[in-house]
Amino acid sequence: MKHTLKKTETEKGQKQMNDVFLQFVSKVVFFIVIMFSFNLFFAGHYTPGGGFVGGLLAASALILLLIAYDKKTLQKMLPIDFRMVLTVGLLFAAGIPTLSFLFGTPFFTHQHTYIEVPVFGEIALHSAVLFDIGVFLTVAATSLFIIVLVGEAEN
Amino acid sequence: MEIITIVLAGILIGSAVYLMLSKSVIRIIIGTAVMSHGVHLMFLTMGQLKRGNIPVLDDDVSNYADPLPQALILTAIVIAFALTAYTLVLALRSYRELGTDNVEEMKGVPHDD
Amino acid sequence: MTLIHLAIILPVLAAVVVRIIYKYYRRLHLGWFVLPVPLIIVIYLMTFIPRVSNNEVVYETMHFMPRIGMNFDVYIDGLGLLFAILISGIGALVVLYSIGYLSREEHLGNFYVYLLIFMTAMLGVVLNDNVIMLYLFWELTSISSFLLIAFWHTRERSLYGAQKSMLITMFGGFMMLGGFLLLQNITGTASIRGMLESVALIQESPLTPFAIVLILLGAFTKSAQFPFYVWLPDAMEAPTPVSAYLHSATMVKAGIYLVARLTPLFAFSETWVWIILLGGLITMTWASFNAISKDDLKAVLAFSTVSQLGLIMSLLGLGALSVLTGANEAHFSVAVVAAVFHLINHATFKGALFMLTGIVDHEAGTRSLRKLGGLLTVMPISFTLTVITALSMAGLPPFNGFLSKELFLEAMIDVREADFGSLASVSFIFPLLAIVGSIFTFVYSILLIYGVFFGKRTYDTPKEPHEAPALMLISPIFLSVLVLLFGFFPNILSGTIIDPAAMSIMASDTPLGTHLYMWHGFNNPALWATVAVVIIGALLFYFKDKWTFIYDYHKERFTLNHLYDQGLIYSRLGSHKVTDSYMSGFLRSYLAYIFLFFIIMGALTFLNTGIQLDFSNLAPVGIQEIIVAIIILVSLAVILATKSRLVSIIMLGAIGFAMSLFFVFFRSADLALTQLAIETVTTALFLVCFYHLPKRSRHEERVRFKMTNFLIAVGVGVMAILLGLSAYSNRLFDSISQFHIDNVYELAAGGNMVNVILVDFRGFDTLFETLVFGIAGVGIYGLMKLRLNRKDEQDETHAKKD
Repeated sequence: MKHTLKKTETEKGQKQMNDVFLQFVSKVVFFIVIMFSFNLFFAGHYTPGGGFVGGLLAASALILLLIAYDKKTLQKMLPIDFRMVLTVGLLFAAGIPTLSFLFGTPFFTHQHTYIEVPVFGEIALHSAVLFDIGVFLTVAATSLFIIVLVGEAEN
Repeated sequence: MEIITIVLAGILIGSAVYLMLSKSVIRIIIGTAVMSHGVHLMFLTMGQLKRGNIPVLDDDVSNYADPLPQALILTAIVIAFALTAYTLVLALRSYRELGTDNVEEMKGVPHDD
Repeated sequence: MTLIHLAIILPVLAAVVVRIIYKYYRRLHLGWFVLPVPLIIVIYLMTFIPRVSNNEVVYETMHFMPRIGMNFDVYIDGLGLLFAILISGIGALVVLYSIGYLSREEHLGNFYVYLLIFMTAMLGVVLNDNVIMLYLFWELTSISSFLLIAFWHTRERSLYGAQKSMLITMFGGFMMLGGFLLLQNITGTASIRGMLESVALIQESPLTPFAIVLILLGAFTKSAQFPFYVWLPDAMEAPTPVSAYLHSATMVKAGIYLVARLTPLFAFSETWVWIILLGGLITMTWASFNAISKDDLKAVLAFSTVSQLGLIMSLLGLGALSVLTGANEAHFSVAVVAAVFHLINHATFKGALFMLTGIVDHEAGTRSLRKLGGLLTVMPISFTLTVITALSMAGLPPFNGFLSKELFLEAMIDVREADFGSLASVSFIFPLLAIVGSIFTFVYSILLIYGVFFGKRTYDTPKEPHEAPALMLISPIFLSVLVLLFGFFPNILSGTIIDPAAMSIMASDTPLGTHLYMWHGFNNPALWATVAVVIIGALLFYFKDKWTFIYDYHKERFTLNHLYDQGLIYSRLGSHKVTDSYMSGFLRSYLAYIFLFFIIMGALTFLNTGIQLDFSNLAPVGIQEIIVAIIILVSLAVILATKSRLVSIIMLGAIGFAMSLFFVFFRSADLALTQLAIETVTTALFLVCFYHLPKRSRHEERVRFKMTNFLIAVGVGVMAILLGLSAYSNRLFDSISQFHIDNVYELAAGGNMVNVILVDFRGFDTLFETLVFGIAGVGIYGLMKLRLNRKDEQDETHAKKD
């Protein structure tokens, strides 16, 4: 069984198709999806969205690239180690509540303030967004990490 | 409406149980995914359906749908994904090691210790 | 966040830095980087001495979860400060010593990280006011102790000792948690200071005896009291700096600390007093008796530690006894002062003795008393230090051990004056046990000096012995100087730290004005007791060969050690039998257990309560929802019927997308979005996985097999529907969601309630969810990269060569 698997794989490798159409479209769609994911993420505190959806959409945008090209190209486009992103995400998620603990408020007390920015008007700054960044990074990195791992198996 | 969703959730859960009891690993994984759908639906129903608007603050709206089950389900959806992914990879890996996807054949020798 | 909090967590922060230094810079011994940490802490803690000796207390808090009383409350009084200074001070000396003891080839990174974690844990235990936090730090000391004992993890004895200490101390710790929870239940607070204010409640409650026994189990296991001492001798497999630090000077004293700290709470209780007093005395005598028969130097010291801990424990019991019997207030304070003083003395002389043993082991290559001997000429400095510290341990003047031993004997002799009621006739047992224990202590102390440094050189030591390098001698010299200093000028300590510590044990505000002195006059019975101890001890030592045969009667089969080993074996066998009886190894049976249990429990509940349905309050049904429901049902039917895996995956996707439609209908935008995104990613994942999985999606199943599954499935489904319907019909309380809806803007400054609940109101859920997600990712990484069989490994190496 293993043998045949390997065999089909090499055959597939030789017949690596260059689907120009898919690759072109995916590039365009990638930017749309990733922008949408950022939008969802940052708007999440006031309108539907947030770290989970944002992270998942970001991951699926990258998965699209992964399907259109291959892992090597993806890594050239985005030279990031997903394990690192995962770690940073977890650090954010655990660190932000701890920071509020260290500064004298109970664990997980978020702080917020409003500042006046010339063009955009009043903007809310919220430490919950920082926590959400942790969620975003963890979710995005893990989903992508899983698919890349499974995809590259036995190669 | 609630009766319909509850019954539907029950059917989803029951079918999930049937799938999970079968021999093939893939069917078991699909079963867990189906079960999570059923549970989410049940959960959402418990917060009462269609009683208000989307739970996003709006000056014109006074009635909101219950946000708490939604938040919990959101967490559950993501966890269910993690679970599916993990079991899938587990199945993949064990298939490669043991050469079978039949859980009845997977039983190894009992440990000495 | 105050400096005190920072001081407690400083070692852990330093551990991170140390680990990084170890990775990139190995030219200098890692210990030099660790050394400043305890030094800084001890200097910082010293600055509290003036305040504490003026009977001030320092209280700082960091709110963690104030509503359930979970806070990081730091509380510095005499007792806590004494322990904290001991921990950091001895810690500094031990780190210094370890630089000479551990060569750079060892895994120093691990060693110092564990040591620093331990330091934080221990400081956390003694400077804490919250019992739950105390428990957390308490268990952390057990864990770091486990790691340190197993530091040489290739040796089987180390692993055995580490496991033993872990099992016993964790058992105790867990019991202690139970005791704390009971206490919290009785008093309604988790703060020790708060509990002190409600002693009356504790006195009345019928639960108090249980709480006492549970808490004492924790204290006795940690402080290696009879019959739990068995782990301590085996813990000696740890590197000697660890033994000196954890297993003589600090960690084992955590139990003492706990007893001392809770004495004001429980001193009224007979259970408390008798367990501590008798437990301590028995431990002291039994362990000192056993120490004599040991051949390994460290084993002798281990038993000696156990015995000395018993001594301190019994003194605390004595203090509590005089409260209980309403005896002279002076007895109380004498016993408590003796306990505190001996605690300090023990840390000095035992720490030094362990270090000296380590030196002998290091330079001669063995710790066996049979192989050692006559090292006087080659190791003169070590000899001098050993004489000072061992004689202090034996309780001889002019060393500090003499002072506290005298106080101990005095207190034990005086105890007979207390009112024992019907037990008055057996009260002689206390001084008797105390004197017998002291005699054996004297004998093994002399044995230690004689066995190593006098007698004939045997010349069969693995290494050619010589004096230790200066680096290793600094710490024992420092401690020996302290032994002398505290011996000649004990009153440096009495006003500054002993009195405040004793006062916090007694929970009194009146200064004690303790004045310690060596000469109490000829009519002091304790002096004659000491003389008797010396004479009988000298005789016993001289005729050692004549009486030590009695140890031969002490067969291995009857020891507590044997009991522990057998208990371990039988509990393993027993649990195997139990587990094997229902663990068939088939996934299906396990699932069936779960589902059948669910069905049975549900059915029983419904039989008991009946089903009450109420459908007066239902949402209207829309045509689009019916269509989506039908889509789901059809997809489900296809999944159940099909043999093709691709079809079932597509149908699963269909169910997922239909679900997101449902979420749209039911006004949950976030859910719909998430479900859509998840469904996309899941489908991608399934497709990637499919390349590696078999083509067929199902196996041949017999009709009976299918029928059983079908019945279980129907049962679960019906039960789920019934549960859902009845739960929907009977709303016993209002939803808590209104709180979230009302406060989403005021408290959390957000607009999207679902997101605010996720990141703010119920942030813990999300935090741990990300953690679960991360763990799944790491687990999958492990699964994919793990090489199980050798063939794969060979493939790997080939691949690398290519």
